[in-house]
Amino acid sequence: MTAVAAHHDHHDDHHHAPHGLKRWLFSTNHKDIGTLYLWFSFAMFMVGGFMALVIRAELMYPGMQVVDPEFFNQMTTVHGLIMVFGAVMPATVGLANWMIPLMIGAPDMALPRMNNWSFWILPFAFTILIGAVLMSAFGDGNPSAPNFGWTFYAPLSTKYGPASTDLFILSVHMMGISSIMGAINVIVTVLNMRAPGMTMMKMPLFVWTWLITAFLLVAVMPVLAGAVTMMLTDRHFGTSFFDAAGGGDPVLFQHIFWFFGHPEVYIMILPSFGIVSAIIPTFARKHLFGYASMVYATASIALLSFVVWAHHMFTVGMPLAGTLFFMYMTMLISVPTGVKVFNWVATMWRGSLTFELPMKWALAFVVLFTCGGLSGLMLALTPVDFQYHDTYFVVAHFHYVLVSGAIFSIFAAAYYWLPKWSGVMPNTFLGELHFWNSLLSVNLLFFPMHFVGLAGMPRRYADYALQFADYNWWISVGAFWFGISQLLFVAVCVLCAMKKGKKAEAAPWEGAEGLEWTVPSPAPFHTFDTPPVIK
Amino acid sequence: MSELNDLEQRNNRVLRKLVIGSVLMFGFAFAMVPLYDVLCDITGLNGKTSDTAASGEVQMDEDRLVTVQFVTTSSGGMVWDFTPQVRSVKVHPGEITQVNFQVKNPADHTIIGQAIPSVSPGLAAPHLLKTQCFCFDNQTLLAGGEADMPMIFYLDPALPKHINTITLSYAMFDVTERVTGNKDKLAAR
Repeated sequence: MTAVAAHHDHHDDHHHAPHGLKRWLFSTNHKDIGTLYLWFSFAMFMVGGFMALVIRAELMYPGMQVVDPEFFNQMTTVHGLIMVFGAVMPATVGLANWMIPLMIGAPDMALPRMNNWSFWILPFAFTILIGAVLMSAFGDGNPSAPNFGWTFYAPLSTKYGPASTDLFILSVHMMGISSIMGAINVIVTVLNMRAPGMTMMKMPLFVWTWLITAFLLVAVMPVLAGAVTMMLTDRHFGTSFFDAAGGGDPVLFQHIFWFFGHPEVYIMILPSFGIVSAIIPTFARKHLFGYASMVYATASIALLSFVVWAHHMFTVGMPLAGTLFFMYMTMLISVPTGVKVFNWVATMWRGSLTFELPMKWALAFVVLFTCGGLSGLMLALTPVDFQYHDTYFVVAHFHYVLVSGAIFSIFAAAYYWLPKWSGVMPNTFLGELHFWNSLLSVNLLFFPMHFVGLAGMPRRYADYALQFADYNWWISVGAFWFGISQLLFVAVCVLCAMKKGKKAEAAPWEGAEGLEWTVPSPAPFHTFDTPPVIK
Repeated sequence: MSELNDLEQRNNRVLRKLVIGSVLMFGFAFAMVPLYDVLCDITGLNGKTSDTAASGEVQMDEDRLVTVQFVTTSSGGMVWDFTPQVRSVKVHPGEITQVNFQVKNPADHTIIGQAIPSVSPGLAAPHLLKTQCFCFDNQTLLAGGEADMPMIFYLDPALPKHINTITLSYAMFDVTERVTGNKDKLAAR
């Protein structure tokens, strides 16, 4: 729609790039918008992380010390929402914005004005959500912020939801619109803007995984919007989608939510697969093993994600045939995921490995994500799940795949592409400190959660039985250690943004392949105005 | 130039398809509501029983005895005392049985209640058929009022062989506000 118009506008910018506030506010440049997304997601990561530390401070010792249980519930809720919708998703959208046009030889995203719009909705969405928390924190918990868990099950969020639930609904609607627009932009860009000769099966895997992620987003974010719309009408307009008294069914909410929620899990992890598939071949100095099988594996994970949602709700009471179906489908996902892990390992096999920072993060991703995947396989078993459901074992599982999975891969991506974004190499000393501290603390933080979970400690409670006290002390130590370690990454990013550091060449990583390394570092404001030649 | 226009057109085509796709998926979320009800009706998922009266014309199977238990709760702030007259009965499939449920409204104002049934195990739900039930309609009790509410049911002889015990649970909801549209009465409670 606006590709042509934007193109014309930009003709002037070749000579003087926009600057000041206007550069960012009205930007239609994929690199600037990517940068905005990345900084925004990093800010949200710190806010959500602070909330996690409030949770861990409370759980460090048994009994109540830091916050009251009502505020604790708001923290677990908003921590989850911010990390999912504010940190991980915008970070991967930021990476997509920066890298996809560079990787496929396109001058920009296909719909640059929509791109601007999809970013600038986000700060408003999160102001609304965080505003609810601030009102609660500084208003002695009245009105309460959303306190029903990030999964906002009815009737907790409908009949019993606090007044701020309506702020939450508006905020989720805005995040959804932003994600859908971002996803549409990625799909149109990848389908239409590839340089001549860049066939689908020549695209870097990051582009492939993001294309599939974008289709997932277009398919399920509207379902989430539908779910919160039903909540809204149940709360205020007398419908009873989820209210048993009026003939509705609260279990229906869980089905709709998880129909969105399970593909959402892959929306957060598929771009990570793409990142790792870019980094490991670079530092193994070999081509990615089994490129085509990686593409098909990603697509089959995406397809399977639509038929496994009820494994989140085994304990809700389902016919045996239903639980068996969802159990086997869930276990089936480990096949394409296994294909991916084996391909990464095979890529490294007999490669000339070096362990620069991006590679360290990518390797940590492979190992720790696989740990999280294995505990996921345990949770997939229906009879076992009845014991593990809603315990800290589940918390350990999804933090392994999301923190040491998705977020580690985003760190890997940042260290890998920061030279291209900023023109300087990230500070190695700080980066090494950041990596080793994060690696050790993340395991201290999340590994003991498996044990307390298996022993029966439930999630989302502000207190626990005394026998869990020692483990929880260590978990909290790990949490504060991990949280403080992330300040090192702030320093790395700020140094790069200030251009302090060793100057980066166009291709700073020796084994790296791909179009993004053919443009200078930092990447100029406009790249590939004339399409590159693909051999 | 024409090349650019061509690209713009192609972009718009994909954009249009994707926008339509996401609007359809928004609609699909709402389509899941009737779909879910149909699935529940067919499979007895979630123990939903039919909310219309059955005919009651079936052959009794005297060789088989099934225990039917009754559980009652008052949900979501409902103040009624709500109890079954008997906790359980043993019936032959096809045998028509009446069970009464007693309700008492201890509040000082009229309350309208709606009972919502649920059957466990869920697979038995489509085989528990009611010819008459207080749960088919909402019930009104004046302040301090009491009532005996009848429920007449029989089991479909096609009930799977491995099911020997069925639990029928009723949750009683206060629907006064929903029915009258009057919030003040709720506040006065």
